[in-house]
Amino acid sequence: MLDPNAIRQRILGALPGSEVDVNDTTGTGDHFEARVVSPAFAGKSMVEQHQMVYAPLQDWLKTGELHALALKTYSPEQWKKLGPR
Amino acid sequence: MNTDLKARFDAEIRSHKIVLFMKGNALFPQCGFSARALQILQQHGQVHTVDVLADPEVRQGIKEYSNWPTIPQIFINGKFVGGSDILMELEERGELADMVAGKTPA
Repeated sequence: MLDPNAIRQRILGALPGSEVDVNDTTGTGDHFEARVVSPAFAGKSMVEQHQMVYAPLQDWLKTGELHALALKTYSPEQWKKLGPR
Repeated sequence: MNTDLKARFDAEIRSHKIVLFMKGNALFPQCGFSARALQILQQHGQVHTVDVLADPEVRQGIKEYSNWPTIPQIFINGKFVGGSDILMELEERGELADMVAGKTPA
């Protein structure tokens, strides 16, 4: 069982200055969705942005403790243009 | 990973604008995510598909090649784009057409 806030803290640790929302989508503590808006995403492709979020969560993903994380990632500029939807 | 396989992926990806590594083929997709990815991509042009179920070496190798854990995988203009979630999000944001046209770095 993971806590959304534990996931949020890890993402924030890897991407300081980001805006991070994490929700438990099934209430079972292993399926989550996250929205991350980070200045570090500027000029990165979406796959690079996702890899930057997965990086600090590798051990949880490997053990299966974190089974699924649906991601929406935006640079501040993308967020201004696209979000909130 | 073995160099023959890597050379084969390099060639496959270089010689087609849109490449989809999927489960099944364009006529008979064997997985909902692969089918959805194919459907989105076909709106943007000719899609070259590779059936990973036809060859276990390809199925495992492509994951190492792109450092991405799941199938389907999409390559556009020689660049790894991501899996089906990213593809859908790019389509929703209206960025896919630009990528196929080679207009964005994404």
